[in-house]
Amino acid sequence: MSAPVLQGGGLDALLSPLYWILDVWSGLLSWLGEVTGLGLLQYGFMHRAILVGLCVGIIAPLIGTFLVHRQLALIGDALAHTAFAGVAVGLFLNAVIDLGVSPYLTAVIVAMLAALLIELISETTDAYNDVSMAIVLSTGFALGTTLISINAGGLTVSVDQYLFGNLSTVTSQSAAILLVLFAVVVGVVAVTRNQLLYVTFDETAAAVSGLSVSWYNRIMVMLTALVVVGAMQIMGVILVAAMLVVPVAGAAQVSRSFTESLLVSVVLAEIAVLLGIAISYYAGATAGGVVVLVAVGIYALAVFAGKIQTAIGEDATPQMGSIDAGDAPDGHPAGSQTPSEDAE
Amino acid sequence: MTADTVVDLADVEFGYTATPVVREVSLRVEPGEYVAIVGPNGSGKSTLMKLMLGLLQPDSGTASLFGEPAHEFDDGSRLGYVAQHASASKEMPITVREVVKMGRFPHVGFGRLRDDDGSVVEDLRDDPLGTVRDIANAASGRLSASDWERVDEALDTVGMSAFANRRVTQLSGGQRQRAFIARALASEADLLVLDEPTVGVDAESVEAFYDLLASLNEQGITILLIEHDLSAVMNHAERVVCLNKEIYFDGPTDEFVESDALARAFGGAASIVGGAE
Repeated sequence: MSAPVLQGGGLDALLSPLYWILDVWSGLLSWLGEVTGLGLLQYGFMHRAILVGLCVGIIAPLIGTFLVHRQLALIGDALAHTAFAGVAVGLFLNAVIDLGVSPYLTAVIVAMLAALLIELISETTDAYNDVSMAIVLSTGFALGTTLISINAGGLTVSVDQYLFGNLSTVTSQSAAILLVLFAVVVGVVAVTRNQLLYVTFDETAAAVSGLSVSWYNRIMVMLTALVVVGAMQIMGVILVAAMLVVPVAGAAQVSRSFTESLLVSVVLAEIAVLLGIAISYYAGATAGGVVVLVAVGIYALAVFAGKIQTAIGEDATPQMGSIDAGDAPDGHPAGSQTPSEDAE
Repeated sequence: MTADTVVDLADVEFGYTATPVVREVSLRVEPGEYVAIVGPNGSGKSTLMKLMLGLLQPDSGTASLFGEPAHEFDDGSRLGYVAQHASASKEMPITVREVVKMGRFPHVGFGRLRDDDGSVVEDLRDDPLGTVRDIANAASGRLSASDWERVDEALDTVGMSAFANRRVTQLSGGQRQRAFIARALASEADLLVLDEPTVGVDAESVEAFYDLLASLNEQGITILLIEHDLSAVMNHAERVVCLNKEIYFDGPTDEFVESDALARAFGGAASIVGGAE
């Protein structure tokens, strides 16, 4: 990507169709504010924050579902901290050579490079491990703090908004960038969901079936990087990983199928985001923190609901059908039943 | 299905480090065979399986799968794989049907648009709407009605239809392995590779499981079984390969019982309980 495109004017021209969508969205919420009398819907920054929150409520659990079930929950945390380094790079370049680049854009680039680095380390060492993630996490944060401290005199923007998220600093440009990230993440998952599911569930069988496991792992970590940068605006670096993990963990408690768990996790995340933004607005608290606290509350309820579901018990254990290999693939099982093989 | 030799290893040697894990292994498996690979822990059984399936490349020698270099073989639909247990999180919410559905994944996608001799362009001319729908389905990896029929038939075959909508984590070990066999059947695999599939499965279910394998083999599916349970091997496989880094025995099961290969490969510590029927 060339520097003129990165600069504000060029980027704004590219994003202009999305600004139109933002205007329509803002008009819709203003109308809703007038009809319902909700104070938080009066402000343009809240319209953008709600839109960002709703998008994050979809893409975070969408990717988080694959990560959590591969026991890679920490990867979001590692990439969030490298995204912070990307923000610092953007701020540094703006201050030193007046590049005028959006820090979120540099965050996307640095986080995706870090995602590839994590994947390469895991391919070389043949395992995702805590040590490599801890190294990437620390390096990202160290690079970010170093660049910011070197440049401290020249910086006028506080880094708090990147560390903790801030509803009021969601600009039209960063909201439009989020819409692009949203479209990329949803589009790629829609096309690769079968492969991602197979690799998540049984990596060896997926490889035997002809899938390139390493390519799908790379896709997954790069999508994670995009989600993390998108969610960082309202969640902040420190809490962004929670959106990848907590709604998914809640959904796993009450869902039977993978498809159901995807849908339930999105619903739980959206409830957490909307409730969290509303509470933070009226309580004057940081949105990221409140959203995560609400999400954890919902998770606790889901654990409780899951326990009740188990206690009530499912329908009676069905009987195993007879083995009917002789007629396959067009055959149907004979009426006879073998002795029941009881489930747990 | 072609009559190509299913697996052909010639003088294969492989090591993760400088020390070889398997050495000078030559082995051919023909269509329709039921072969068991036995050997003590650390004897290289699972490594040999990965070499056969092209997941690893030999340091020296050649490995072929259905007549092609194993690591270049790309028709995953012909291969079914059943491990001791899926490597994924035990708490992953996923139903039996969703697992079996995975067997159809090698069949969906853009490959489906390429007919044997027809072209997408001609189809588009004959039935524009249908072709656009097919392309959209291929792009999104959506299963067709006939894919779902295969899934249901596979569930019927292993007697798991009643469990189709059960969460896999709620199944017993034997039921779970039947679900994985069904995944291979849904794929229409003609080679079924099983890596110690009955570890942690109760005795009654183990017998039912081996009956299922025998039925599938009678249908013509080639079975390659890596097994630690020697009595199960004696009772079911028709050919035994005894491995401990190199091949100590390769021949009919009844001859294996009478040979001294077991004692040599296992260091004299093993005996077969049950024996051949």
